Amino acid sequence: MTDSKPATAKGMSFQRLILTLHDYWSDQGCVILQPYDMEMGAGTFHPATTLRALGPDPWNAAFVQPSRRPTDGRYGENPNRLQHYYQYQVVLKPSPPNLQELYLGSLAAIGIDFTKHDIRFVEDDWESPTLGAWGLGWEVWCDGMEVTQFTYFQQMGGFDCKPVAGELTYGLERLAMYIQGVDSVYDLAFNDPKGDFPAVTYGNIYHENEVQMSTWNFEVADTERLFDAFKKATAECELCLENKLPIPAYEQAIKASHVFNLLQARGVISVAERQAYIGRVRDLAKGSCAAWMEKNGWAA
Amino acid sequence: MTDFLLELRSEEIPARMQEKASADLARLFVEEIAKSGLKAGSIETFATPRRLALIARDLPLQTEAVSEERKGPRANAPEQALSGFLRSTGLTREQLVERDGVLFAVIEKPGRATAEVIGEAIPAIIRAFPWPKSMRWGATSSSTESLRWVRPLQGIIALLGDDVVPCSIDDIQSGAETVGHRFHHPGCITIGNAGDYAAKLRACHVIVDPAERRKMIAEGAHTAAAAAGLTLVEDPGLVAENAGLTEWPVPLLGSFDPAFLEVPREVIQLTMRTNQKYFSVNDAAGNLAPNFVCTANITASDGGAQIVDGNHKVLAARLSDAKFFWEHDLKIPLEEQAKKLDQIVFHEKLGTVADKVDRVAKLARWLVEEGIVGGSNPTSATTPHRHPRESGDPACSSVSQGSGIPAFAGMTREELAQMAEQAARLAKADLVTGMVGEFPELQGVMGGYYARAQGYPDAVADAIRDHYKPVGQGDDVPTAPVTVAVSLADKLDSLFGFFVINETPSGSRDPFALRRAALAVSRLTLNNNLRFKLNAALSKLHAIYGEMIVSASQHYRLPVEGNAVFLRELNRVAEYAQAKGLNLVLKELGALSPEPRKPFRFIELERSLLENAANVQRSAVDFFADRLKVQQREAGVRHDLIDAVFALGGEDDLVRLLARVKALQAFVQTEDGDHLLTGYRRAANILKKEGFEGAGEQVSLSYTPEKEEADLLTALDAAEPKAEAAVAAENFEGAMAALASLRAPIDAFFDKVTVNDSDPAKRSARLATLARVRDAVHRVADFSRIEG
Repeated sequence: MTDSKPATAKGMSFQRLILTLHDYWSDQGCVILQPYDMEMGAGTFHPATTLRALGPDPWNAAFVQPSRRPTDGRYGENPNRLQHYYQYQVVLKPSPPNLQELYLGSLAAIGIDFTKHDIRFVEDDWESPTLGAWGLGWEVWCDGMEVTQFTYFQQMGGFDCKPVAGELTYGLERLAMYIQGVDSVYDLAFNDPKGDFPAVTYGNIYHENEVQMSTWNFEVADTERLFDAFKKATAECELCLENKLPIPAYEQAIKASHVFNLLQARGVISVAERQAYIGRVRDLAKGSCAAWMEKNGWAA
Repeated sequence: MTDFLLELRSEEIPARMQEKASADLARLFVEEIAKSGLKAGSIETFATPRRLALIARDLPLQTEAVSEERKGPRANAPEQALSGFLRSTGLTREQLVERDGVLFAVIEKPGRATAEVIGEAIPAIIRAFPWPKSMRWGATSSSTESLRWVRPLQGIIALLGDDVVPCSIDDIQSGAETVGHRFHHPGCITIGNAGDYAAKLRACHVIVDPAERRKMIAEGAHTAAAAAGLTLVEDPGLVAENAGLTEWPVPLLGSFDPAFLEVPREVIQLTMRTNQKYFSVNDAAGNLAPNFVCTANITASDGGAQIVDGNHKVLAARLSDAKFFWEHDLKIPLEEQAKKLDQIVFHEKLGTVADKVDRVAKLARWLVEEGIVGGSNPTSATTPHRHPRESGDPACSSVSQGSGIPAFAGMTREELAQMAEQAARLAKADLVTGMVGEFPELQGVMGGYYARAQGYPDAVADAIRDHYKPVGQGDDVPTAPVTVAVSLADKLDSLFGFFVINETPSGSRDPFALRRAALAVSRLTLNNNLRFKLNAALSKLHAIYGEMIVSASQHYRLPVEGNAVFLRELNRVAEYAQAKGLNLVLKELGALSPEPRKPFRFIELERSLLENAANVQRSAVDFFADRLKVQQREAGVRHDLIDAVFALGGEDDLVRLLARVKALQAFVQTEDGDHLLTGYRRAANILKKEGFEGAGEQVSLSYTPEKEEADLLTALDAAEPKAEAAVAAENFEGAMAALASLRAPIDAFFDKVTVNDSDPAKRSARLATLARVRDAVHRVADFSRIEG
């Protein structure tokens, strides 16, 4: 032990939180997937959510997805905002009748005591203009803090969900900060130290990453090449769609979406153009979803 | 007689929807059972986040048997008519009764069990429920035809007396079971009947009556604040919202770091209210205290210590964000921020916010320069009586009279004009600040704070803060000259611009809130007694728009010329590549060609302005007349009288217009007014019937007039100049009195004189006299518009 701060004085470590959620949802029969290996703004973009929300086949899965939101970068100076953070995503299709109870079970599993904490389901309708998707649900509050987004998908890629999937998105850093009682994300205990290997904080791992990535996102990224990358992803997506390959087409849509987010962070997209770009990405995503439906022989 | 209980239990219903849902439930239930002739003695509803419930008292156990007689075809009607009637009644020919050659069907409807009626009503109510937004869920959602509800429907209690009314919808069956509080009493509970519903749930930590929860929250929050020597800032909307988020509300007092109090209180209150649903608290001096009251949905085992601690942390994070924005925004002068307004589109045809700001600044300056705002002839704000031509002919000047707002003490008109222009140029700058980006509701308010902190004069800061006012009917109307100039200019600019591009309100559609803007203009004008002609302001705006388009078109030429050079060079290279067969180069060149020229950004505005400018002045003034009618209705001013004055044309000074209308209203209520109106109508009818189109001119008579005719002419000779002078002096009571002098001669004239005389000379002279009467009256108002 070299770090003076006892990392797990209160609540479980960041990684223990993930492992506990994995165990819990694995026990509920979920497929535990690994993160998708592409940059994306939210776990909802993961094909295990987007594409699997379509069609009649049952699908229960849980996974961690690193989420990148370039405009949220604060050079490592804000204790609550990051341009790269983790979402824990659970997708259950069709939504089970006891989804709320299952969800509350997961909170109990990570140590939240319902006799001392105030859990609330507060209206929050979800919409993703870039995915042509929407759903109804809540943000779940724990003592006034939003810890989870809880959504019943109604449409994805412009198609009605038949049947409806329930989606849970936990903000892992927030939840961990809450459980550990720390005020800065960088103070989170990441591991459970043992032997001579010291406690590692979230800041040890990601602070420098936030500083450098914020600098790149906001100041350095070459906008010419980004515009070019957007064009190329768009063209590649269309090529895949012509060849009836919805999965690679969808990957290019994810890519275009992320490049668009980077362009936004560089401040080179005017308000007027913004809608046009979002519309472009939506067309790609919708096209991919349509191709996926067609490939599987599902009627809209 | 018995009572019926219905509970529709679901996952959390949005707080804002619960009240209307309760009313809808009662309405639908009453309508559904009424179809079978059932009526409850009384209906009571309940709502929590997890349930909607209804108790119908004193229902009969059976519906009454009814015997209905339906008239059918005549006995000798064709076979087709008969068979249709039999089909529709379900009877045979033998069961019909014949009376006077007509067939009647007597349909006996036996009484039905109320339980059966309600069992059918429940699924119908659920399917017809008008949620603002509804959803599908679960396995049944494989079909888009599956049941829709606001959130997944979990269970139905339907108890008539002590018995379950059986019914089902999708995979949900009715029963007697429900659940208690999610955490205090997670298990099932069984309800016996309507009588024990509320009590059983209360025992399981659920208060089903929203009014009771509201009371618990209002009183609990008050007590929590008072215990710390603080005063709760009352907020009934927030009480209702928290009541919609809780089944067992427990208000708790928390605190935040007093260092955050350097952030404006509006910001703190807004973030607490909208993001966290917290009540604000004042200290003894009425200043915002570093505390909040949150409403938990649980009686915590530790007394709420951890809940308060958690909420404290969340609020700290929110306030840190707000403090960051506040400090960051303060560092950037508003003038710098204002430069970024050319990045925000106001309306695609009307340009950017920077364009709008420039127009508003010019108009605000003009309003001061013309003496419309901050005029040098302050007068009472209540009566516009004044001698007219103090400073030139009002018809040529935009200012019809000196205005009600005096110039600032010790400030010249030019200084005031500069201040109005400066405030206008900064008024929208806060739109690009971080804080307003986060809290759009604080537009104006934040600009005011930043301006004051950055050392701008108070009058400028106040104008920035208040220039959106008055927002609604109940909002304060600004009176400070700088504020009035900016606010008025802002609204007039929007009205003129949107009228030019034909974006006028229609029916319930008013996307640019122009009705509100017109109302605001009226209130600013009338409350401050601002004397000006609307058309003069609109003409000025026409000129300002013209200048803007010309100036933008000059800037626009530059890039076009640049493109031309670039294109020429590009073509030269392309020709060379073509000649040499350099295909790869050609392909790259294709990608290089400049963006297609964007059309001139004001191309449509320019065309609209050319086409519509003349119409706009008329239609905008008509629009004001309409809004004025609506606004003055509450003050008891008759809309037909407003029409009567507007119809004369040329009256677009709102202050004078209203004075004229009020004098007219007083006059038509008198006996003189009433008689004059009758006489006027008679004259107007005769003129219309006789097709007399001429103006009422004095004609020299070729005959000796009858006494009454001569009297009327004498009266007209006397009244006309009096009325004219009085109108010019804005002495409308005087003008009415002059008209009143015509009443007796007109009555006598109609009594004794035949207009339609066989002598054409007499006839045409008398028609001309009637036209004089009409025209004399029209000097004051178009009496043909007066109703009743």
